Amino acid sequence: MTASPDDGAWAVEATDIVKNFGSVQALRGVSITARAGEVTSIIGDNGAGKSTLIKIIAGVDKADSGQIRLFGEPVEFHTPEAARAAGIETVYQTLGLIEDLTIWQNLFLDRELMVGLPPFRFLNKRAMRAKALAMLSELDVHIPSVKARVRGLSGGQRQAVAISRAAGWSSRVVIMDEPTAALGVRETAKVEELIHRLKSRGLAVIVISHNFDQVLRLSEQIWVMRQGSVIEGLRAADTSGEELVALITGASTSSRG
Amino acid sequence: MPDSKTSGVATMAAPEAPSLTRRIGFTLKSPYFWANWTVVLALLVALIVFWILSPDTFLTPYNISTILTASAVPAILVIGQAFVVMTAGIDLSNAAIVTLSAVSFGAMFAAGQPLVLCILVAVVMGFVAGSINGIVIAQFKINDFIVTLGMLSLAQGVALVISNATPVQVISEPLATFALGKVGVVPYIMIVAVALLIIAQVVLTQTRFGTHVLATGGNSETARAMGVRTKAMKISVYAISGVTAGIASIVLIARIGAAEPSMNTSLLLNSVAAVVLGGVSLFGGRGNIVGPFVGAILLTMILNGLIVAGVPQYYQFIAIGVIVMVSAILVRTAK
Repeated sequence: MTASPDDGAWAVEATDIVKNFGSVQALRGVSITARAGEVTSIIGDNGAGKSTLIKIIAGVDKADSGQIRLFGEPVEFHTPEAARAAGIETVYQTLGLIEDLTIWQNLFLDRELMVGLPPFRFLNKRAMRAKALAMLSELDVHIPSVKARVRGLSGGQRQAVAISRAAGWSSRVVIMDEPTAALGVRETAKVEELIHRLKSRGLAVIVISHNFDQVLRLSEQIWVMRQGSVIEGLRAADTSGEELVALITGASTSSRG
Repeated sequence: MPDSKTSGVATMAAPEAPSLTRRIGFTLKSPYFWANWTVVLALLVALIVFWILSPDTFLTPYNISTILTASAVPAILVIGQAFVVMTAGIDLSNAAIVTLSAVSFGAMFAAGQPLVLCILVAVVMGFVAGSINGIVIAQFKINDFIVTLGMLSLAQGVALVISNATPVQVISEPLATFALGKVGVVPYIMIVAVALLIIAQVVLTQTRFGTHVLATGGNSETARAMGVRTKAMKISVYAISGVTAGIASIVLIARIGAAEPSMNTSLLLNSVAAVVLGGVSLFGGRGNIVGPFVGAILLTMILNGLIVAGVPQYYQFIAIGVIVMVSAILVRTAK
């Protein structure tokens, strides 16, 4: 949107991010970048610090030190709301949706459309249902009814709703933690399609994944993490699954610290 | 539902839209339907049973009025408890807060303060005690069970100190009128309870606050990640529970004409039972206010019906216990 992949400005630029949990060094000075209109993948073994890193970018956790720039602007988020207000949306692996609420309630949670004047402001349910339907159809997501509760949806449908929620607002960056981990083959393909659509709309998409085939298929840029550090940054076109496995397991070391 | 053996005929008849029978079948299989309607069905069944048991005395205008009068205090109290349980919490201190608010009212009244001020003090006491519950639970992340159990003792103790363990007679013309007046068979105090019910139900279903309460109960961590101020929601529901306890105390004083420092244990048990009967998930995230409200009336009606039918008093406890367990089984849904 404001920055094209070619003008040199990064959508997200995280520099020297350090995070300790007690005596555990979760992140030891991590730097990554992500471009608008691209999918940027972060890969690494369990405990490599991927989730901690995206939680910091998303404002859920606070870094001990380091800097984050969003489209060139230095930003500091203390809450997820602040990150969201700046255009960063996150789809969590486990913190996806509220099962007992309906699809439209989930799509509009904390962004409810209201009618009336304070203190008598009421939910504009009709408008939210209509807009929820529009949001889902815009991304070609098929759901029986926006009035259905999330509990009754399949994993793929849930993820589609969660991604629609992330993409449906004036977001510029969408972060996804293992978006297809719990999905079957067909549903995974659907979600990957959805990710492609977000990318082609000019969003910067950051994905955590364990699936190397998927990473190579989906992304332009790959960051490899190990034990709290980024050990390599690669263009997806220039690498292979074997190289990624070698980097993650430590069979191959890299030039970067 | 798949188009297989069970609904083959219906699907052939209406290939496009789901037929009425299928929709009814689907509705009857939905746990949400049962959670919402069990209490109403139970109320109807109880009405019929007691009517058969005592055909001449149970469904008289006098007795209906008696049931509604006795229902008002538990029905008001259950509104707050329902909000708390929807956040996956529980308030074990609500009945003790009723006592605290009542004796605060009594102390003010005995000191010759105007009625309006007494009422205000009762409500504020409830609000303060409830807020303390909420703040300790949300801010210090202490188990709701422990905190409200502590408040139960705390509020009861303060009530005993304030009242010096003696009841205060509250003789007030307006309060007496309020307690005894009726529109048809419906006592004024029940009208107040219904008014509170309507406000609460609107707040739950038509406001952002209500949605956020349900979101907090459904999944607190997810709700927080989605921007819901879950701590504020938790504090608010306990404050609401405190306020309903304060209001309930005023109705209680109006009914008995005195502010008593006695424990109201049965009020606590009834409020929890009514919430379960009313289909509010004890895991939070799901429920409405009307169900628990009807549940509170149902429990009062069962006690009344047993008395009218001449069942010895001790069996009433057994009946309530069985009803609560059976209803919990009926409304249970997988989590």
